[in-house]
Amino acid sequence: MSTQTLYDKLWNSHVVHKEPDGTTLIYIDRHLVHEVTSPQAFEGLRLAGRKPWRIASMLAVADHNVPTTDRTHGITDPISRLQVDTLDDNCDELGITEFRMSDVRQGIVHVIGPEQGATLPGMTVVCGDSHTSTHGAFAALAFGIGTSEVEHVMATQCLLMKKARAMQVLMEGALGKGVTAKDLVLAVIGKIGTAGGTGYAIEFAGSAIRALSMEGRMTVCNMAIEAGARAGMIAADDTTISYLKGRPFAPQGELWDKATDYWRTLHSDEGAQFDKVVRLDAAEIKPQVTWGTSPEMVVAVDGNIPDPTRESDPVKRSSINLSLKYMGLQPNTPITAIQIDKVFIGSCTNARIEDLRAAAEVVRGKHVAANVKLAMAVPGSGLVKQQAEREGLDKVFIEAGFEWREPGCSMCLAMNADKLEPGERCASTSNRNFEGRQGPGGRTHLVSPEMAAAAAIAGHFVDVRNF
Amino acid sequence: MDKFIRIDGLAVPLDRANVDTDAIIPKQFLKSIKRTGFGPNLFDEWRYLDHGEPGMDNSKRPLNSNFVLNQPRYLGAQILLARENFGCGSSREHAPWALDDYGFRAIIAPSFADIFCNNCFKNGLLPIVLDTASVDELFRSVTATPGYHLEIDLEQQRITTPNGSVYHFEVDAFRKNCLLNGLDDIGLTLQHVQEIKEYEARRKPEVPWLFKES
Repeated sequence: MSTQTLYDKLWNSHVVHKEPDGTTLIYIDRHLVHEVTSPQAFEGLRLAGRKPWRIASMLAVADHNVPTTDRTHGITDPISRLQVDTLDDNCDELGITEFRMSDVRQGIVHVIGPEQGATLPGMTVVCGDSHTSTHGAFAALAFGIGTSEVEHVMATQCLLMKKARAMQVLMEGALGKGVTAKDLVLAVIGKIGTAGGTGYAIEFAGSAIRALSMEGRMTVCNMAIEAGARAGMIAADDTTISYLKGRPFAPQGELWDKATDYWRTLHSDEGAQFDKVVRLDAAEIKPQVTWGTSPEMVVAVDGNIPDPTRESDPVKRSSINLSLKYMGLQPNTPITAIQIDKVFIGSCTNARIEDLRAAAEVVRGKHVAANVKLAMAVPGSGLVKQQAEREGLDKVFIEAGFEWREPGCSMCLAMNADKLEPGERCASTSNRNFEGRQGPGGRTHLVSPEMAAAAAIAGHFVDVRNF
Repeated sequence: MDKFIRIDGLAVPLDRANVDTDAIIPKQFLKSIKRTGFGPNLFDEWRYLDHGEPGMDNSKRPLNSNFVLNQPRYLGAQILLARENFGCGSSREHAPWALDDYGFRAIIAPSFADIFCNNCFKNGLLPIVLDTASVDELFRSVTATPGYHLEIDLEQQRITTPNGSVYHFEVDAFRKNCLLNGLDDIGLTLQHVQEIKEYEARRKPEVPWLFKES
């Protein structure tokens, strides 16, 4: 084969069987499991009298339902508790490695996989969760699956699929001060739309991507799904390799050397052909704020709420009107004039140590504005929390008036007690601003950790570049 | 899985782009450990005027009469007519489970989100992509004609309207065969057990760190 994209390399190395029509059986190396999308799969497996193909490929954790407040008395909501207990029982019965709620390694599945070195370059990684695209930051082919596919992977270690088309999103240039990986990916979604990546696997490339830390790269790949792409990915390099060294599930000794030699081949070849290339000038990107109920409804912080009368497409105009009504916003309002009620710093998009450090720097020595009813910082895992506490970040947040919580998905999707009340407006570092996502009637604005922190202090959105 | 061969069903228009899976089935209903019973909570936040929680008696809840599914002329609909990027957002299979449980058998839209589309096929629900102009036409016809039925023939890949006009659609040949015959993917894959084992045997010496036993 001549030149290959990173996606070609990852795909080709996992083909078990290919039908003439292109339907392919793809081998899965890592299967991450959480409590919400797995119970019906375990049940299906049991009813069919099947056993998991390779238990060692599985790693389980409860994250969606877990409380972020004191956990010593367990989960009070009986339905949430049953779901978490069901995961615990299934893992016990089958001998699957699980980080229980009391384990310091517990956290959001997309934070703990990489943190443990359970996500490695060259792997196929799946989970019954659309944000599995996160793991593509490690030059892995990682994507979310439904519960039927969870059961399929358990039973066969494979998935039936067709190869997607390849898109390269090329971002050259240096990010300005106060502009983050979150702003990069929101700008991409704003440009190509939430269906722009449908049917594609996206490779993010260019000097702006290479300059990002692994945390930043995970933020970018995390939201590939918000651009419609099941998988996002980034080539492996020294940054990838040094992040993984010494992690518990990563190879060691001779195997480490052999592995790193292989990982260094995991990039698109010079001249590799993509079905589509999208270019963004990273230096031009400003801090981003979403204003509507789809992640593509995004503008720069110095922009205004759009005016639907200027939209010629009737379906789009209707979407803008519906969103503005739901969000309680008027056309042409400056973003910085929007007051907020709550602030959420957390989620699989932005709850890693670097995110917490950046947000803490913004709030250090300041205090949350009087109109902000609740500001919460929710670390992505027990180990992130521990690290943050070693650095004294918990105190910075608490002194600024934030609540410092236990790890979990929390108010990203409000399956636990953390939610918005109807009409409340939130500056959130999460990934979805859908209607009701953070609580029925809640209004979500997606931003970077720095922007959320600055909004908490000011009580409204501000341009963190001048803050 | 139920077979899908041919249906003749009432169509209902849901005139919104980017309908996400949080709207199709809100997160509080994802706490169930079962595959069934999601139908009464399909589009819960649009369908009811109060806030729904698991365990409520949905028959006693106040309905939002403006929501299209609550209009008497659309009761019993089996075909959902939708706009672009239907099913975007999370991978929750509870979304197709809810649509199926409500009674839908097919969804027609200009585009679907990838994971949702996949999940539909696994549950005997047929997602049909038509070009935007055809979808616009169907929206106009459905809205203008009470009792507007469509006949969907998967074998022929054809939608026939009451006045006899026909729309052809594309469908993946493998998925079509699975739906027509009600085939279970796992059973099909397990016909390749030997190849899976051979793959593992071949791959293991290349990347031994991926095959650690603990």
